[in-house]
Amino acid sequence: MESRLDQLRGSGRAKRHNARTIAALTGNPGCNRRAVLDAAGIDKQRLAEHIGFPGSFGQSRFALSRGNAFEAMLKADDCARLREVLGADAGLGYQDLASDTLTDRHEQTVKTLADAQSALIDHPLLTLDVAGQTVYLEPDLIAYAHHGRLQVVEIKSFAIVDGQADSAKVSAAAVQAAVYVLALRDLLQRLGQDPSTVSHEVVLVCPADFSFHPVAVVLDVRKQLSTLRRQLSRLASVTDLIDALPAGLSFDLALDPDELVTALAHIEARYAPECLSACELSVYCRNEALGGTAALGRPVREALGGISSVEEVLALAEGRREPAPEQAEAAAMLQAALRLRNEALASAFPAPSAPSVSEGPS
Amino acid sequence: MSTLTALARAQAVVAGRAQPIATVRHLHVHDHPLVLIPLVMAGEANAPLAAMVGTDPARPRLLTVGQPRNRDERFAFAADLAATLVPYVDSFATDTEDVAVDRGRDVRRRYVDAPQIWVPNPAGVDFLRLFGRSTRFRKTDGDNPVPAAVPLLGRWLTFFANTAEMPGSALLVNAVQALGLHWVTGQSSAEDAQFGVQLAWIEAGAAAAREAENGPVAGPATDPDFDNRVLAPLIERSAPDLPRVLHDLLLPTWDRMWRTLALLRRLPVGERVRLRWDADRDAFTAFAQTLAEGGPPQPRRDGAVAAAARLQRLESAASRYAVQRAFDDPLVLAEYRLSGAAFAGTVTLANPDRVDDSGKRPVLRPRIMVHTGEPVRVEPGASLTSPARPSQKARVISINPAGDGVDVLLELSGGMGRRLVAEPGSVPAVGERLILTTLSEAYRPGGALPEPAETPWTHGGPPVPFADQPDPSDQPDQQEGDVVAAARGDLQEAGAEFVTGTGRVLP
Ligand code: SF4
Repeated sequence: MESRLDQLRGSGRAKRHNARTIAALTGNPGCNRRAVLDAAGIDKQRLAEHIGFPGSFGQSRFALSRGNAFEAMLKADDCARLREVLGADAGLGYQDLASDTLTDRHEQTVKTLADAQSALIDHPLLTLDVAGQTVYLEPDLIAYAHHGRLQVVEIKSFAIVDGQADSAKVSAAAVQAAVYVLALRDLLQRLGQDPSTVSHEVVLVCPADFSFHPVAVVLDVRKQLSTLRRQLSRLASVTDLIDALPAGLSFDLALDPDELVTALAHIEARYAPECLSACELSVYCRNEALGGTAALGRPVREALGGISSVEEVLALAEGRREPAPEQAEAAAMLQAALRLRNEALASAFPAPSAPSVSEGPS
Repeated sequence: MSTLTALARAQAVVAGRAQPIATVRHLHVHDHPLVLIPLVMAGEANAPLAAMVGTDPARPRLLTVGQPRNRDERFAFAADLAATLVPYVDSFATDTEDVAVDRGRDVRRRYVDAPQIWVPNPAGVDFLRLFGRSTRFRKTDGDNPVPAAVPLLGRWLTFFANTAEMPGSALLVNAVQALGLHWVTGQSSAEDAQFGVQLAWIEAGAAAAREAENGPVAGPATDPDFDNRVLAPLIERSAPDLPRVLHDLLLPTWDRMWRTLALLRRLPVGERVRLRWDADRDAFTAFAQTLAEGGPPQPRRDGAVAAAARLQRLESAASRYAVQRAFDDPLVLAEYRLSGAAFAGTVTLANPDRVDDSGKRPVLRPRIMVHTGEPVRVEPGASLTSPARPSQKARVISINPAGDGVDVLLELSGGMGRRLVAEPGSVPAVGERLILTTLSEAYRPGGALPEPAETPWTHGGPPVPFADQPDPSDQPDQQEGDVVAAARGDLQEAGAEFVTGTGRVLP
């Protein structure tokens, strides 16, 4: 299997997973393309650039530096501010596991967590099984052990103003924290310990209001955990997918763009507008999905009776096409909608100046 | 998403052009709006970087902050913005008119016009709300004094941001939403949030829209790549050409804002838009009065009673807005016809002189028969309204199959004058085409709420008067465990929000 994955990736180095990629992976669990590319550790961003569909997934220097400054402030003086905001006492040990080799770090993590009673454990290295693959997680997180419980502490630099924060950012932080909770529980399980020691309540530490002063809030991630578990288990087994691919197929970035595009066509995608903020390949997949109702978003597709192509929608609405038996209801609805729409437009913009479908009142 | 709107999106894909989903303009567009395009520094909590602002398309005013992390520069920016925004707003607090209240027994005054601020997108509104929050409590004396205009700006911005939540209000408008109310594009609504792209779909079509995707952002967030390549070096060396760079970045959006206004002005205005603008003028008048009387700044959070009352107002505004749009616009009403909450038919019989004398007094109760081929999902006894005669009620007496559809027998009341003979034209005549709907403009009073001072302890008790509150501008202020947050939503739904309540101190 490993060699097959290496072959798919070609000469490039494998991309490592982190909580964000796993969260995004489960965000579109039906997409085989993403599952395969991620399992093989292919750099999707460079792939997208190489085939002429770059996306913008950069991070602003300003945001990075503020995030780093906030974290440094919390950890300064042996984590004084962090202890304060967590309500942890000063005698609590602090251990930073950041060291160079992966295996070392993972062993360290296992050892430290196995007998953690009361400690702040920084930069642990965790593993998680994703679609039949063991992936390493290098979370930017602290595990907070106290009273026999382990709690995930996530430091984020977005502000909480009057108890409110950007909902998209909170939601992303909650999903990422849930990935860590899951990985920590897996680890304890493997150690023969009780996984429920890891709390489903995670602590989010953010700047309060417009200051740099930290505030800690508790997020209950039970919902995110169960969704995550369900979606991880539903992720089509990558092994099966890869076995079904033609022999010799490769996404080596040294290949010509044309060859890579041909290769991509071998793995089925499932594009949705949500991909645009979650997957580096989205501009390419969007282009491929043009003319499909899915590209317009799930609510639109559902309102169109689940018909998959835009052309077909219009053909059914205009009665140019005989609906299949299971389309009969949708077709009747679409015909009624078109009749009502045309009637209202005609009454408002009477002929002969009635705008054609292509114009509108602009 | 209604099937009608979804169908329009499908048509837009095939035509390669945006398609109309309204036949009238559902929004008051001011003759003298103020356009404001804010830009913020990435990563910071609401640190303004620049704004382009003004009332004249030919003369945009650029405000910039050389070092966005510097507190003094931030408040100098606020004072600068106030210097444009406050005089604009004040210029409407002049002429008043009398409005009859209490059935004509009393009058109140209302400004004859009100300000209207335009920002590019919903995130622009969010920026103004937060900027209002960060400035309205500032002190003009004491330790860290700010210019007097700063807290005043904060209170106005908070006022505008609050009205923007009220469905149908047009005091603070965002262009993306205003366009989306009238046209759909051939892309997803998530992609429509990019103002330049959405406008390109309407003005020029799909190809131009793809081009626009790489164009400058409409703010308030900047493009990370722009931050790293252009902005960071400029800010680091306090470069004098920073204003010029930001001017060039903002100018395309500035032009698009005015083109959007022109585009919307070309649509005929809906009849009931004026009613909503009247309500906006009322809100403006009331707030200007509060300020003049020296009222305290808006609280950081509403108390329980105020929050419940606000929710009630939002809900009734939402339903009123939906009904008004349907009555103003046959294309919006068509959505209700599709779902069976409205139907169109032809009057086949009419008895305009029918008088019901079974009660104490004889009353005029004409009956009409309407034949329709559309689905009718109403029961006998239901009360219907026709947008053509909104003050007239039509009670359903019976529904019977007839030919290819149904005959609906209706009894009319109201809107026919005070006598026992209907005024000419007030009863639909045989042959007239009619649309009837279960929607109604009738006023529905909300439930009664206690006075704020009587807030039950289960809801936090009476709010603390402003003077007794700890000064919220003294940081830190959120520590005492009054916030415990929980995230809502699952992985598909990017919509977590903080649920606040009495909490617990960590851990
Ligand atoms: S962008 Fe393409 S590869 Fe990525 S998740 Fe969406 S459909 Fe799959």
